[in-house]
Amino acid sequence: MMGTKDREGFLKQFSVYALLICIGFIYLYPILHMISSSLMTLDDLLDSSIKWLPSSFNLENFRQAAASMDFWRALWQSVVLAGVPTICNLLSCSVIGYGLARFDFPGKKIVMAVIILSFVLPSQITMIPTYVLYSNLGIQNTIWAFVLPALFGQGFNAPIFILIFWQFFRQIPKVLIEASRIDGAGYFKSFYKVALPSAAPAFITVALFSFVWYWNESYLTELYVHGIYGDSSWTTLVIQLDNFSDNYSSYQQTATNAATNLNESINMAGTLLSILPLMILYFVLQRHFVESIDRTGITGE
Amino acid sequence: MNMAETTKLTRKEKKALKERMKHLRSGKLEKRYARMGYLFMIPWFIGAGVFLAYPLISSFWYALNNIRITPLGRVFTFVGQGNFTQILIQDPDFLVQLVDYLTSTILSTPIIVVFALLIAMMLNMRIKGKGFFRLIFFLPVIIVSGPILKMLTAEGAGSISAIDVQSLTAAIGSVLPSMLAKPISDVFSNMITTLWYSGVQILIFLSGLQKIDKSMYEAAKIDGGSGWECFWKITLPNLKSMILLNTIYTIVFISSNSQNPIIVLIQNSMFSGTKEKGYGYASAMAWLYSVVVLLLVGLFALLLTTRKDQYEKQVKRNKKLKKKEARNLKRIERRNSRNAKRIEKQRAKGKITTHTTSRSDY
Repeated sequence: MMGTKDREGFLKQFSVYALLICIGFIYLYPILHMISSSLMTLDDLLDSSIKWLPSSFNLENFRQAAASMDFWRALWQSVVLAGVPTICNLLSCSVIGYGLARFDFPGKKIVMAVIILSFVLPSQITMIPTYVLYSNLGIQNTIWAFVLPALFGQGFNAPIFILIFWQFFRQIPKVLIEASRIDGAGYFKSFYKVALPSAAPAFITVALFSFVWYWNESYLTELYVHGIYGDSSWTTLVIQLDNFSDNYSSYQQTATNAATNLNESINMAGTLLSILPLMILYFVLQRHFVESIDRTGITGE
Repeated sequence: MNMAETTKLTRKEKKALKERMKHLRSGKLEKRYARMGYLFMIPWFIGAGVFLAYPLISSFWYALNNIRITPLGRVFTFVGQGNFTQILIQDPDFLVQLVDYLTSTILSTPIIVVFALLIAMMLNMRIKGKGFFRLIFFLPVIIVSGPILKMLTAEGAGSISAIDVQSLTAAIGSVLPSMLAKPISDVFSNMITTLWYSGVQILIFLSGLQKIDKSMYEAAKIDGGSGWECFWKITLPNLKSMILLNTIYTIVFISSNSQNPIIVLIQNSMFSGTKEKGYGYASAMAWLYSVVVLLLVGLFALLLTTRKDQYEKQVKRNKKLKKKEARNLKRIERRNSRNAKRIEKQRAKGKITTHTTSRSDY
């Protein structure tokens, strides 16, 4: 019953499955709750006999939430605000990671220590002078406030990405690079002809995580790009959700047809709308996400 | 003899080499390599200077000043440690929030790490639908962000309605003092969101588990080790570095999460219009907060790294035993020689002649 030498017993396996399914349900509970209540009408919400399945699938909530969030504009801007810094991150972190992995130079240990320290250090400590710096440079409330640090390897969570690239480039056999040098390639050529093509898994991982983390970042986006008083033309879905009730009340006043009052269903519909793009991305690219950490070997250290 | 000669020769050679190395400078190629390394690192050096070192230093300078924004620009008045004392003595929120943050982080970090380890170990077993479960447990990483968590907890999706949280918190409150009870009940009432933080950690543990050599478990089984013993003596020591990594990651993640009330407090005081607050005040707050976070990370790192592993302990104990034995041996030798001398002396005096003769007979 409890298992033999090489086969897990029935009882053990059963309990593992039961535990996994239970915890899996707890994990998914908020999402299921969100989906079900976003489809409910006001009557369904108030009816205590209806717990999970709404009496009719009501898409009106989504229409109103999308209209109040200015969904399509916010979606486009979210994609740009997450995508462009991600590309910059890829460029800078791969170069820096290669420099750290392939070359020995005095002070390398100090550089590594600073990179790790800058990961542990809360961003709040540099936030205020950076804010002042951006407003002096005139790049505050523009996308440059995200692009410029990312270009110089100081983007959001960049230390992790540098370490991923560092770890990956260290695994490439040194002989490969040396062979390309003997064949007449310069330092840069051997970097982008030999090292870069073999680092595709690291690129995928960094691109996915960077995109997701930029997409979900609300605190710094609000400060640097959206503007703390909302005085910029930039916005993202996450920030629109953060100010959802304000947005909704202003939408309610301007709407031509009578909009219903803000209720749980509309809140949940808005939340679902703001995570839907990433959920779709996740289910399309699930294998890359889930296997990413295995492949980069960041756990080797 | 021959062997000794050769070792002597190599030793001489080594000495000569060392002498020669002193006069040699590092090679041209090596220098060029170092230069290329710097070339590749240029972006980072610029970035670290402009976006890390400069803000860090000026943030410290801000913290020592009272900064007011006037139409002419920012006006700095030096106040020394005034901002810090004001935060610590007069601010009603900051210290309370800081203590709350500390207790909840110290409580929830081990929960998250242990939970992630458990899930990872279950997923590492031979079960069907492994990919599906991994998909579920990694999902929160994708969607977790401050506003979404705020919305979900506000609408009551952050905790399970089936578990009666109210009675649980009441039970905790009756047993523990209120200072401890509040953070614990907070952790329970936001159980789902706490568990949601463990997606990346599960993956890190999972890939760590897959790297452990299977033959170690086999060897342990042959020696009669149970699953429980295998966990403590093989799995855990092998995952030591992952545990440290995950702990640090968890603390950093919790500290920079925009649900954290302290960083909201910092932002609010940054844009507060009152005379005492403003950039300087907020910088001082950020410094205090960062020092606390660094101390917390250091504390956990110390806790997790100072513990020596079993193997090293055994080796050390063995060495000690050997030393003790050697000392005992020496003592016996010394005693022997001393006794021999004494006997020699007595024999010279002619006191124990009979003994020697009897021995010669023997």
